[in-house]
Amino acid sequence: MINTAFDTYQKKIATAATQDMVLNMGPQHPSTHGVLRLELITDGEIVKEAIPHLGYLHRCFEKHAEALTYQQTIPFTDRMDYLASMNNSHAWVMGVERMLGIDKDIPKRVEYIRVLVCELNRIASHLIAIGTYGIDIGAFTPFLWCFRDREHIMGMLEWASGSRLLYNYIWIGGLFYDLPVGFEERCAEFVTYFKPKLKELNELLTDNQIFIKRTANVGVLPLDVAINYGCSGPVLRGSGVKWDLRRIDNYSAYPELDFDIPVGKGEMGTVGDCWDRYKVRVDEVTESLKIIEQCVERLQKDLKRTSDFDPRAKMPRKITPKAQDYYIRAEGARGELGFYFIADGRTEIPFRVKARGPSFNNLSVISEMSKGVMIADLIAILGSIDIVLGEVDR
Amino acid sequence: MTFEEIKNLLIEKFGAEVIAGEEAGVLQPALLIAPAYIVGVCRELRDNAGTYFDFLSCLTGVDYGVEAGKFGVVYNLSSIPYQTQLTLKVIKEHGRDVNDLPVFPSLVEVYRTADWHEREAYDLVGIFFENHPDLRRILLPDDWEGFPMRKDYQAAEYYKGIKID
Repeated sequence: MINTAFDTYQKKIATAATQDMVLNMGPQHPSTHGVLRLELITDGEIVKEAIPHLGYLHRCFEKHAEALTYQQTIPFTDRMDYLASMNNSHAWVMGVERMLGIDKDIPKRVEYIRVLVCELNRIASHLIAIGTYGIDIGAFTPFLWCFRDREHIMGMLEWASGSRLLYNYIWIGGLFYDLPVGFEERCAEFVTYFKPKLKELNELLTDNQIFIKRTANVGVLPLDVAINYGCSGPVLRGSGVKWDLRRIDNYSAYPELDFDIPVGKGEMGTVGDCWDRYKVRVDEVTESLKIIEQCVERLQKDLKRTSDFDPRAKMPRKITPKAQDYYIRAEGARGELGFYFIADGRTEIPFRVKARGPSFNNLSVISEMSKGVMIADLIAILGSIDIVLGEVDR
Repeated sequence: MTFEEIKNLLIEKFGAEVIAGEEAGVLQPALLIAPAYIVGVCRELRDNAGTYFDFLSCLTGVDYGVEAGKFGVVYNLSSIPYQTQLTLKVIKEHGRDVNDLPVFPSLVEVYRTADWHEREAYDLVGIFFENHPDLRRILLPDDWEGFPMRKDYQAAEYYKGIKID
């Protein structure tokens, strides 16, 4: 079988270069949020076609996972979506626990701590998304405000796990350590501090007329297109469907927690435009704060810290799942994060692992969305998808 | 619709030869589909009002090892209206020559998600997808030689004259 796709692509670029302009955006462009290269075929200011080139940050996650045990791979999952590491390791750990059949034995306190740190991490991740989106559009102040508030979360997670970004905190069957003494009180303090700040942020950015003019009715993603391209998370919900795996799959402690699923309503323009996707993230921060409050309350009352509580008590000595295939999905900060395992039943090393990063699928819709838009709008569209290249390239 | 009902639906629509086998009695049962039917099966499952598997969650290219001598593709479908999940697999025996890749039909015309995932499977596992609109490498450079996720892959000593340590 001879593959002619690369020649066809080269011919297309060569033809386009004589008639239109071929413009490279990235890989070192600040608004591509990392090392993404978009090759644009443009007619003046209009983008005729955008061809994404990935792989600049490819670190062979799947190949590494085939050489390491399930427990040893957890730090590698942290490095996929490095802005929401807790959510990544949570998904990985849940998958392995279900294959082992120990997912029902995990102590309630452990589950609540997992949800607590995941939601803290989700807020931190959304703050980056909101802040950098502001920068993409030309608003500098919200970025600084978001980083100031995110710093509190970073400090808290560092206190719990020992590192600021890549935690390796959630382990198979338990946790690295119990929460430090006083963590719950610090969480409650943070929620009280952060709520008025979020209101300020909304006044500054969300309802800002310049911001609305740049994002409303721009990059409209119809629901059927979003589903067909496998978009998930805030990108899919921005198009108006209540699809949140925390509610659909009811994993971990989420069924016992009360929270809403924000969706895009087209308040400022059309359903599924950039503003809607942005607004879904802002609303999700509020919902995550609600979850944190409930977790903290339970962790301080009926699931209180006891001196004999050992978060590693249920950790299996040998992690050798039965021979089977298993696909685990969980709601990461950017959407459906999935791991597909093939276990051979003999060793502690998976036979094959495939990681389904939400950003990978969300980004694939960019060529569809950017047909015939202005170059400046392409920046707004890309920012509203909120990609993390660590996860796209893995 | 339950797993058995979906199986019967497919047999009714495409005939008994569409099901090449099944993996039942595990956490996530899977249907093995005959490779030639996979596009039709997915289109039927997507459009049928009883199933509506409209969301392709994940697509994995698998090399089952040198001894097994098989290659496969695994499709994890999910339905947004019904909140159900289904795993489909296509598997075929094929040699390991990098100039003669195993060929499977491309699902791009049914799910656009498959576009990049199939490019990734081609790039890393070396599976050729027939009728794919743009089957270039996606994560590795275009001039990369070999398919790293194959079980018998040997890392090259040099890349463009640079020694790889």
